Amino acid sequence: MKIEVVSDTLVEVKSLKKYFPLSRGPFRKPLQVKAVDDVSFKIPRKSIFAIVGESGSGKTTLARTVLRLIEPTAGKILYKDEDLTKMNLKELRKFRKKMQIISQDPYNSLHPRKLVKDIVGEGLKIHFHMSSNEIMDKVKETLERVGLREEHMFRYPHEFSGGQRQRIATARAIVLKPEFLVLDEPTSALDVSVQAIILKMLKELKDSLDLTYLFITHDLAVVDYMADYVAVMYLGQIVEMGTKEEIFNQTSHPYTYLLMNSIPNPDPHLRKKKTIPKGEIPSSVNPPSGCRFHTRCPYAKKICEEKALPFVNLSETHFVRCHFPLSKKM
Amino acid sequence: MRGDLLDVKDLKVVFYTYRGIIKALNGVNVWMNHGERLGIIGETGCGKSVTSLAIMNLIEQPGEIVEGDVFFEGQSMQKMSKDEIYKIRGREMSMIFQEPISALNPVMKVGYQVAESVSITNGIPIKDAYPEVFKILEMVGLDAKRTMKLYPHELSGGMAQRVMIAMALVVHPKLLIADEPTSALDVTIQAQIMKLLDELVSEMGNAVILITHDMGVAAEFCDKVAVMYAGNVVEYGDIFEIFDHPLHPYTKGLLMAVPKVGRSEELVGISGSVPDLVNPPSGCRFHPRCPQAMKICEKSLPPLVEVEPNHYVACYLYSQEGEKT
Amino acid sequence: MPAISERFKEFIKRREPIIEDWKHTVYLWKNTKLALIGSVVIGIFLLVVIFAPLIAPYDPFANNMAQRLQPPSWSHFFGTDQFGRDIFSRVIYGSRIEIWIIFLVSLISGGLGTLLGVIAGYFGGAVDEIIMRTTDMFLAFPSLVLAMAFAAALGPSLTNTIIAISVVGWTVFARLARAEALKVKKQPYIEAIRSIGAGNLRIMFLHVLPMCLSPILVQLTLRMGTIILTAAGLGFLGLGVRPPLPEWGAMVSDGRSYLVGQWWISTFPGIAIAIVVLGFNFLGDGIRDIMDPRLRR
Repeated sequence: MKIEVVSDTLVEVKSLKKYFPLSRGPFRKPLQVKAVDDVSFKIPRKSIFAIVGESGSGKTTLARTVLRLIEPTAGKILYKDEDLTKMNLKELRKFRKKMQIISQDPYNSLHPRKLVKDIVGEGLKIHFHMSSNEIMDKVKETLERVGLREEHMFRYPHEFSGGQRQRIATARAIVLKPEFLVLDEPTSALDVSVQAIILKMLKELKDSLDLTYLFITHDLAVVDYMADYVAVMYLGQIVEMGTKEEIFNQTSHPYTYLLMNSIPNPDPHLRKKKTIPKGEIPSSVNPPSGCRFHTRCPYAKKICEEKALPFVNLSETHFVRCHFPLSKKM
Repeated sequence: MRGDLLDVKDLKVVFYTYRGIIKALNGVNVWMNHGERLGIIGETGCGKSVTSLAIMNLIEQPGEIVEGDVFFEGQSMQKMSKDEIYKIRGREMSMIFQEPISALNPVMKVGYQVAESVSITNGIPIKDAYPEVFKILEMVGLDAKRTMKLYPHELSGGMAQRVMIAMALVVHPKLLIADEPTSALDVTIQAQIMKLLDELVSEMGNAVILITHDMGVAAEFCDKVAVMYAGNVVEYGDIFEIFDHPLHPYTKGLLMAVPKVGRSEELVGISGSVPDLVNPPSGCRFHPRCPQAMKICEKSLPPLVEVEPNHYVACYLYSQEGEKT
Repeated sequence: MPAISERFKEFIKRREPIIEDWKHTVYLWKNTKLALIGSVVIGIFLLVVIFAPLIAPYDPFANNMAQRLQPPSWSHFFGTDQFGRDIFSRVIYGSRIEIWIIFLVSLISGGLGTLLGVIAGYFGGAVDEIIMRTTDMFLAFPSLVLAMAFAAALGPSLTNTIIAISVVGWTVFARLARAEALKVKKQPYIEAIRSIGAGNLRIMFLHVLPMCLSPILVQLTLRMGTIILTAAGLGFLGLGVRPPLPEWGAMVSDGRSYLVGQWWISTFPGIAIAIVVLGFNFLGDGIRDIMDPRLRR
């Protein structure tokens, strides 16, 4: 499957950093948790850009920082040439119509004391001056778009299953007609059969509403199903980035390779002897020197401990941060 | 006896709540032999955890076993005395859970807790247990000297699960029940833990029941698999058989919904949602969502029958009654 | 005309599930024993408050020295006090005083405390520190002692009693509201609302505050008993409501010197205090159980 490289970038992130101070008491200088440490990438319009990583990779923090739900420590976030980091709060709030988020936890992402119609319709109340009937009509239309019905408007979130709640969260996100959606592990908390339905819905919505997605996940199989572009994160940095084909078929970073090997394949015939990464995921408070993966990398050499690397271009779209990139056929 | 280690026969378990009676297990049938690895796959509410609790005889108020039995090595557990069950539960069966850090006492050091369980098992005083503790912590791949002095909250998820595995295997149980042992862990750590389990269990020869919702984890580890839906085992058999030729519409649905790296076909979900177990559907509980449901499916629960060698299904599509309608 | 009735029907139809919801609330309330008992007791209390002039056979302030110190009888259910006043009537009218105190104190201390607590919890930082240290200052003293100090400084009267008890009681609500606000602030649904573009004020009052209300309401109801007790305590010490107002605590105090011979003067107001306080406690517990939407369906 060939992807046309859409040269039109919707969102560009430049050298984004988010450090969290970790207080050690009133008299010592706080430690820094380097959750996102100098991350840069471009998201082409109408594409699905996936970010894969495990805990401590910074992907969740990144998702929120891109929307400025968390204030970045440094760096720029460009949305169609407008710099989000430079906006004041009022401008930012107006801008929020264009970019929305769907979170992971279906059980806590909807206000438990509000009716679905208020949850989905709130955005309309804030940004547009619509009458109560107009809002209800719009809410009904949006709910039907995500596969729910009019009577669901008058229920509370806890009356719905996990999959249905994610639909409600999706309705809330799209009712304002955004262009850009950040999806933070939207199906991780759902059963497999429901996940399939929600993923399909998300794909269809993207096509019918001309959306661009930043899709965060830890599941490479989901990445294979959804994404056009992939960035792999480890301890706050992107270690490899490229089109889906490049990442899966020309895997270059040892971490990406080991990540793929770690995924259990739902096919008992494919039980092979695999290279499993050793060691624990280090803490992002004091990440390893040089290349952060060197402590667990089976191919690490002395230089990996000493020197960190900027990105190396393997192609126009494929970047890797490694002294000895592999290029294996999977 | 269908399995020489374990035979769960027509097990029905209910829970009495203010909302009503939750009919959690609706006649579960599953069995296994010594040294086998059985995977129990299912989604939320299917009853896989309840089944494992029933096997360990840990169903307590407001739950109750209302019908059926669990036979351990041929002996009925319903008929056993409390003492006999107690002996089996700590020595011959042990269990590891999903959230390992919560399963440990937060105010005691790890070394002490493991020593405590070693001392109870071997009947030696705690202070003499430490050499054994050292040995088993090393066996699960931990730096024993360092880990013994830590408190549970200082462990990572992977380390805590290794401790749990150590504590569970130190008794050399005949049966190890692992209830979603890696669901709360990162993918790379999950791979490490599953590999560790694989190595240890191969060496020690324990039988394992692995409960999971992740088909990949089951596919890599188990010999046999039982698919559960809303309180029943709907399909059971050799793992290659089930994954290659799924027979039950639910199993087929599950396999078509799982995303796989390199998979080219479109994902297919299963419409509808898991039924309310207070008022479950009549007959086969999957019939409201089944694309191939027949009239008889609504009327009575299909029994689990052997349709091909080592392949059991509970579905009227594969029985004579089904063909009649 | 037909157009309007059509619109009305449409209006009701769309709101039907909400009406169902209220019906369900009532159902739950009927099935929660605590709430029921509490409601009955407080219901009776409120009826007494409203219909006091109809229930009370005598004027609570009327002195009648000929009838002084009479034991309970058919003409004077609770007997008379040293001024010949009918104690039954005084207890009845006293309920009005109690309810007035409860109402105002709850409003002031609850409102003020909740507001400050939500602001402290939501904004954090310096705002939080300032507000919390202020509550610390108030909490440094035992509440009754502090109330006494204020009452003594302001002088005994109904208004001052209300002020004194309010000033002492708000800290509980501030802490409670702050704790809830802190919890709620971190929830994904608040982040979602922020991502929709809601401003701080909107989030604070429309989203965070409603989540804090449940424990606040329970506390308010539970505290109503304490308010009565504090007012009664102040009245008993002569620092609160002044005679001849028939505040129950003051009445108990009045009867002190007559306890041995004429026990009814202190006892009946005392029983009234006990029953009403218990009623509020039951009601508070019951309300908490009902309010949680997760337990509802």
